[in-house]
Amino acid sequence: MLQYITRRILLAIPVLFGILLVTFILGRLIPGDPCSAALGEHATAEACERFARENGLDQPILVQLAIYMGNILRGDFGESIRFSRPVSLILIERLPLTIELSLSALSLALLIGIPAGVIAAVRHNSATDVVTMVGANIGVSMPVFWLGLMLAYLFALVLRDTPFWLPPSGRLTAGLNATPFYEFYEWQVEPGSGWFYFLEFLANFYIFNSIITFNLPVLKDAIQHLILPAMALSTIPMAIIARMTRSSVLEVLGMDYIRTARAKGIRERIVVMKHAFRNALLPIVTIVGLSLGGLLGGAVLTETVFSLAGVGRILFEAITARDYPIIQSFTIVIAIGYVLINLMVDLAYAYLDPRIRLT
Amino acid sequence: MTTLNQPDSIPTVLDPEALPERPATLWGLVRRRFFRRKSALVGLGILGLLIFVAIFAPVLAPYGPEQVLIGVEDIRKRQGPCIHLFGCPQDQPQHLMGVDGNVRDQFSRMLYGSRFSLIIGFTTVTFAILVGATLGGLAGFLGGWFDDVVMRMMDVLLAFPSLLLAIAIVAVLGPGLINALLAIGIVSIPAYARVVRASVLVVKEMDYVSASRALGAAPLRLLFNRILPNALTPLIVQGTLGIATAILDAAALSFLGLGAQPPTPEWGSMLGSERNQVFTAPHLVFFPGLAIMLTVLAFNLLGDGLRDALDPRLAHVS
Repeated sequence: MLQYITRRILLAIPVLFGILLVTFILGRLIPGDPCSAALGEHATAEACERFARENGLDQPILVQLAIYMGNILRGDFGESIRFSRPVSLILIERLPLTIELSLSALSLALLIGIPAGVIAAVRHNSATDVVTMVGANIGVSMPVFWLGLMLAYLFALVLRDTPFWLPPSGRLTAGLNATPFYEFYEWQVEPGSGWFYFLEFLANFYIFNSIITFNLPVLKDAIQHLILPAMALSTIPMAIIARMTRSSVLEVLGMDYIRTARAKGIRERIVVMKHAFRNALLPIVTIVGLSLGGLLGGAVLTETVFSLAGVGRILFEAITARDYPIIQSFTIVIAIGYVLINLMVDLAYAYLDPRIRLT
Repeated sequence: MTTLNQPDSIPTVLDPEALPERPATLWGLVRRRFFRRKSALVGLGILGLLIFVAIFAPVLAPYGPEQVLIGVEDIRKRQGPCIHLFGCPQDQPQHLMGVDGNVRDQFSRMLYGSRFSLIIGFTTVTFAILVGATLGGLAGFLGGWFDDVVMRMMDVLLAFPSLLLAIAIVAVLGPGLINALLAIGIVSIPAYARVVRASVLVVKEMDYVSASRALGAAPLRLLFNRILPNALTPLIVQGTLGIATAILDAAALSFLGLGAQPPTPEWGSMLGSERNQVFTAPHLVFFPGLAIMLTVLAFNLLGDGLRDALDPRLAHVS
């Protein structure tokens, strides 16, 4: 197992370098002069020359690449042109929102998609099966941005005077204040230190923060704001997971050892959950990993629809505003996250199926 | 000897009625399996309707797709649908899907929009298949360093969530429909390269390929005339499902303002430009999104049907 993990991690390294290379090339290819983007349209020639020298832009392209890779590996992402702040600070503020959103969407997708798929497979060709599969087919064809807008219309406008009302945008109602947990517990942290930024990063997970500070109004509000975006974002992965679960369980249910188990008189519930489902898990794990990438792409759309300033939204705005440092570092963070997720999926795979780690 | 009694239902070999009808060809079998699936037929039906609408849009549409109705009719901008059949007063002009923010007939724009969706789907996938199949085919056929380099490049492309990579590529090329199509095409290349490479690896070891090689067929001829045609099946399925993804991604890019630009009647762009009006004029958001969903659904159903028809191994699963 250890050998498998090592090999798998080593294999991820060239891909990570490829990602750095692609973002570097994309960064250099984006039209427009970085100097005028950073210093404004009317920057003088001398100012531009100084800017180029300070940022290593007057060096040969390979040296630039080396400088760039060196900076990234040291965790120095540079400074945002549009916000005039270090990119790492912006990441600390924005990343938790996107992670919170993606995780809740993924949980929804798993909690509904897997049982739906198992039930559809067990009641093969029944009305339940047909309805689930029609729903799943519509789900995979759903434009996330449209569903988001329609959900906002339904829950924020049509149901506005009912208990089902939900806010159509933002992360917290204006005026509500979430005290960071390190202030709540009166920890002595030095502002600006690495430790401080780490705690700040954790505190920006509003749901986590409000739970450990027992702030129920903020918790309720944060969850209310998260429901609609998470619902919209979860649709496609939920449909994919339901379909995959169904076909995987169906395939396993046709196996001889299932018939043996039934012949032995084991209760159907146990046959399905223990004998069939566990063996059907492999393809499901794969598809969960694959749909996480779609989740990150969908986050751009969901955050746009629900006016959430997450990683996806900021990245999109940076692209239209040519904010190179943000574009490069956010793309890298997302792509690395994606590679790590796939790595975890592979490891889960090896854990579930001993044959894989032995080959 | 009752134990030797056979049940009546077992047919004798000589009974021609009891024999299953024998399919004439492989394609006949595929066709029959395909038409047996209701969902595939629904997909085919939606697609047929869409193609009909796309071809006859100028005949079906009551107004031009970019015709501004200010001064032509007495209507407000973003007015809701007015359908005479459903009680809208006869003296008011009929607008089945209402009027948009620039006082244009939404229904006419929707009809013309079907053209863009179909063109987007087919061109991007054709581009991606041409490039992907060539790369994947060569990689599988040649093997060695070429295979390594190409497939590692594909891995890197696959390491980015596809929509984000498409956004980044559009940022490099500049917003616009053509560039958005190119971006989506590039992003979809790895899927086809992988599919083709996998089938080429299987097919190239088959006896008839060895026979061809022994007869002295040139390597390229071997690849394009002997191997690739027999590696087509998964490509057809992947391509049909790929059209669905391409339409969805193109609509998303247009929604974000990076794809088709106003006043082009493209569904994603129509939806994007009116998205802030969802609370006041929901019909301007509802119809384009519904159309995108139905189109994507059609290609998904079609792709699933094709997969089951072309790959009998999966028949028992579906």
